Amino acid sequence: MDVVVLVKQVPDTESLIQIEGDGVSIKTDDIKWVMNPYDELAVEAALQIKEAKGGTVTILSLGPEKTVETIRTALAMGADKGVHISDPAAEGSDALSKGKLLAAALKTLPFDLVIAGMRAVDEDNYQVGSAVAEFLDIPQISQVTKVAVEDQTIKCHRVIEGGTVVVEAALPALFTTQRGLNEPRYASLPGIMKAKKKPIDTLSLADLGIDPETVGPAGRKVKVAVLNFPPDRKTVKMIDGENPGEMAAKLVKILHEDVKAI
Amino acid sequence: MAQGVFVICEQQDGSFRKISYEAVSEGRRQADSLNTDLTALVLGGGVAEMAVDLEKFGPDKILVADDPALADYSTEAYTSVCTHAIKSQDPMVIITGASTQGKDFSARLAARLDAGLAMDCVAIRIENDQLIYTRPMFGGKILAEINIVGTPHIVAIRSNVMAITESSRTSTIDQLDVQVDEAKIKVIDKKLESGDKVELTEADVIVSGGRGTGGDYSAIEELAALLNGAVGASRSAVDEGWRPHSDQVGQTGKVVSPNLYVACGISGAIQHLAGMSTSKNIVSINKDPEAPIFSKADFGVAGDLFAVIPEIIKEVKKIKE
Repeated sequence: MDVVVLVKQVPDTESLIQIEGDGVSIKTDDIKWVMNPYDELAVEAALQIKEAKGGTVTILSLGPEKTVETIRTALAMGADKGVHISDPAAEGSDALSKGKLLAAALKTLPFDLVIAGMRAVDEDNYQVGSAVAEFLDIPQISQVTKVAVEDQTIKCHRVIEGGTVVVEAALPALFTTQRGLNEPRYASLPGIMKAKKKPIDTLSLADLGIDPETVGPAGRKVKVAVLNFPPDRKTVKMIDGENPGEMAAKLVKILHEDVKAI
Repeated sequence: MAQGVFVICEQQDGSFRKISYEAVSEGRRQADSLNTDLTALVLGGGVAEMAVDLEKFGPDKILVADDPALADYSTEAYTSVCTHAIKSQDPMVIITGASTQGKDFSARLAARLDAGLAMDCVAIRIENDQLIYTRPMFGGKILAEINIVGTPHIVAIRSNVMAITESSRTSTIDQLDVQVDEAKIKVIDKKLESGDKVELTEADVIVSGGRGTGGDYSAIEELAALLNGAVGASRSAVDEGWRPHSDQVGQTGKVVSPNLYVACGISGAIQHLAGMSTSKNIVSINKDPEAPIFSKADFGVAGDLFAVIPEIIKEVKKIKE
């Protein structure tokens, strides 16, 4: 079974995000870049499928040059090869264009299954996986917490509001990961050594046959007008009191009478 | 030219989800601002009779796609039926809920229609004749204001943010002809939790516990139940195995905006704060008065949660009597 995993490099979730002087982008100097946490689940799921069924795991990523570090991390976890869409003209693409680029690359690769994170924790669009599935005309199963792959089919558990559904689709298909799916492994030292020798192919827009005008900033359907920080809250009001009972009484009185929250 | 606001509603087993009322209400407000019509689409199996429930939120037209093949949500069938309806109506703005289903489906629809999507939108406004959508990024650390180029715009609104408002309009109701291909994805099992469990993203009140609970959520559960709310958890509590992943609030969990968020024994890691800072009222109970959570709270109690929560429960019971 050939599995392709879509991976994105994002700021670590513990990073403090600062807005750049242009007002529409973030400062990148002090950021620690990591693999999107949901993509770690995707890599782990692919490796488990390979261990059970054989086949290959290919990491596909779109991003600037430093994205190679994240592809190497996935190779160190155990993936076989990387494909990196790297082209200055692709930078600044919106989710729809990213979907087009990734789908175009997937058309050059053999795959039975595509796995992606349900969202990237930077832009939070929840969109790229679905767009890729649409452009490849294959079924998508999103926010998966449990997966079983047979030779021709895939069975997935999805958590929905108020319950769980189990669905089955014929391969090829794409699914996106939700927390709870697995516990991603760490790269071992031998894994890191081996990863250095694994191949990473680089693809440009020309290689993909994509017109630069249709992607990147020019191709955006979604344009960022301005980035803001959420409004500051006023300073916390500390509830004083001699004992927990007194503090609780004051708090509940405020919540009930002033704020009307209970 | 594309005009009109088009809302796609979500229902489950014969009841509309609350997000549908939020979406239709917001759709009415935007249709009024744009001086245009509002259409609401209901999809499902056996939904013809419930569709009229939407009338009080003010759509001019209600479209009903009623077919057994739509009884269970399916990305393919829903995308196909909506695409068909949208092409015949040619709306300028499409609003749906950013629920699990709405996220899955709005993203596929955006790709099919080659349309811009504002996911998890928390505010819509018009400025200089242009629609501006506010949506969180980086788990809520940043609020982006975005424009969408071309039409239609697809807007998936976050649960619990847009106000539900009623209107005295009457709606026309039309049935759509539905043609659905054989499903590529088959639902083979569906389990809905019975009882009164309140969904975290839809809850008005969330009582959330972190490392300070030491894994004992009994008081938190009792307070949440008393307030008809839901129980949340920090990432460290989930990592400890004390609560399921589905309870996690934060940048790698659920982003919530309840009317009241009570953080108990949660220190306030950046990634947790990102998930709850849009709550309308935040209370923090923590032994450490220096904990970062107090910087995001409206009201703070520096104390032991195991001493304070039972007292809060007593006080709330007094009010309820």
